[in-house]
Amino acid sequence: MGVLSSSAGPARIARVLAGRASQAVGVAVLVSGLCFLVVQRLPGDVAYRIAAGRYGYDLVDEEAAAGVREELGLDRPAWQQLLSWLGDLGSLDLGRSLVTHQPVLSEVGYYLTGTLQLAGAALVLAIVIGCTLGTAAALRPGSAVDRLTDLWVALVRALPAFLLGLVLVVVLSVHLKLLPAAGHGGAGAIVLPALTLALGLSGLFARVARDAVVATRQSEHVRFARTKGLSERLVLLRHVARNAAAVLVPYVGVQAVVLVEGVVVVEALFSWQGLGHALVHAVFWRDIPVLQATALVLALLVVAVNTLVDLAGLWLDPRPRQGSRP
Amino acid sequence: MTTLTEPVLETTQPGRRQRASTAARRASAVLLGGLVLFAAVGPLLLADPAAQALDRYLEAPSLTEPLGRDEYGRSVLARLAHATRLSLVLAGLCVATALVVGTAAGILAAWRGSWIDTVLRSVSEVFVAMPALLVVLLVAATADGGVWALYVGIALAQWVEYFRMVRARAAIVLGSPAVEAARLLDLGWWHVVRRHLWPDLRPLLTTLASLGMVTSILAMSTLGFVKVGLKPPRAELGLMVTESFPYYDVAPWLSLAPVAVLFLLTVCFLGLRRTETA
Repeated sequence: MGVLSSSAGPARIARVLAGRASQAVGVAVLVSGLCFLVVQRLPGDVAYRIAAGRYGYDLVDEEAAAGVREELGLDRPAWQQLLSWLGDLGSLDLGRSLVTHQPVLSEVGYYLTGTLQLAGAALVLAIVIGCTLGTAAALRPGSAVDRLTDLWVALVRALPAFLLGLVLVVVLSVHLKLLPAAGHGGAGAIVLPALTLALGLSGLFARVARDAVVATRQSEHVRFARTKGLSERLVLLRHVARNAAAVLVPYVGVQAVVLVEGVVVVEALFSWQGLGHALVHAVFWRDIPVLQATALVLALLVVAVNTLVDLAGLWLDPRPRQGSRP
Repeated sequence: MTTLTEPVLETTQPGRRQRASTAARRASAVLLGGLVLFAAVGPLLLADPAAQALDRYLEAPSLTEPLGRDEYGRSVLARLAHATRLSLVLAGLCVATALVVGTAAGILAAWRGSWIDTVLRSVSEVFVAMPALLVVLLVAATADGGVWALYVGIALAQWVEYFRMVRARAAIVLGSPAVEAARLLDLGWWHVVRRHLWPDLRPLLTTLASLGMVTSILAMSTLGFVKVGLKPPRAELGLMVTESFPYYDVAPWLSLAPVAVLFLLTVCFLGLRRTETA
């Protein structure tokens, strides 16, 4: 199997894609099923909630609620609703928001750009911070820089995203008045949320980068490169970087889950117009179509990042492997 | 076999790092004991956390009220004790449930193999890709501020970690010559679990459980913080942070107290682990 897969690159890529695709389908069914449970177990009358979201709490009466119930078919038996529910998902018809009455797909598209901007910026920032710290620590194991990095990793691990965000707001916005504390649109608005996410992610990257660089620098081929007379910088760039990256890249996949969790919290904290913000509001207003769509896209985002990570892993380290994944 | 070699290995490497880590673990255990005591005894001795005294709102800390009073004149110390108890008890329940379910499923999958393994593994594949907070958020949405939904959500999000680790580890142990010998002697499954699996899995499970406590406590407070978890007026650490943040200028102790407890709980549980696993 190992010999076969080493010569057949496309076959391995196809296997990765097939595995991830089935995972994506499973995730979609799980999220959709949970959303349906949410609808079924809603406390109080959904029709009243939706009517309140639409017309405001003061204008809700029995008539408005009855109108909403009729319009959305909320009085059918549960199994009928579940069938039409999954059928709609299958045909990619995610419906309209119960509150704003906009098609969910276009709303989600808008929020997705916001989330991708934030998550992309945070990921790049986290990798830069983490790898810089980790490499600096690895060049002199046991030094003060190494110990400081250890402390950094522990501190970042112990601070949840919302506390980290609050600390940054208090220090950078309230006391130093450098950046806007919340909002979306201004040039500096992305800095605080992205920094909050990136600091939280940078701990693991720093730790993994440190260990990977230390291990790679002690390997035979790096010693040979040094014996050949290459300068320390060239050795680091040509021989250490790629091998360390092969170790580091799978952790981006691990961090994707953490990143999505962080996105939900950080967007809610900084009122950044993204999927997490929309998700929390959808939970609050019981706007089920938006709830389902945002949760679905966030969960699929994790699968998408992991697919990219798998493919990048194959490209960085094309050596044959036993089995596809442990 | 593994039961014999592991403790020996541990005691024969008394490096400087090792000693430092045992000291750190002892310190975390003492500090955690203090927090648990505060959570267990505090709610019995202190005043009612919901008792308001509107004429004493935002009172500064004093000798009788070491952490002052909040915007409704409620005792912050009493609220903190109740919130800490809630966090610890709920997190403990979630971790215990996830641990039992995940470990049982993991051993079952490794032991029986075939279709049971295939089914459990594909279910776990789905849960691995689901961010825990998303699961908790969706389940929490089914009940307005219910403790029950929070418990189900967090436990549901966490079992998969135990399942995967236990399945991988148990497969190795079950394939070892020692277990083969036990099977040849027909010692029964309970013997294999008690004498071979449990001693091998225990360090792994304690590490996972202390990490799980951190995750549960933080998930709870995070949901409270974004206002979709437990509802006011319940004393909960995340809720206390959100509620007190608007008064940060005039009464910083209000926000600092729950933040400090959250931070200490996290640090203690992280410090309890045997090795750094990031």
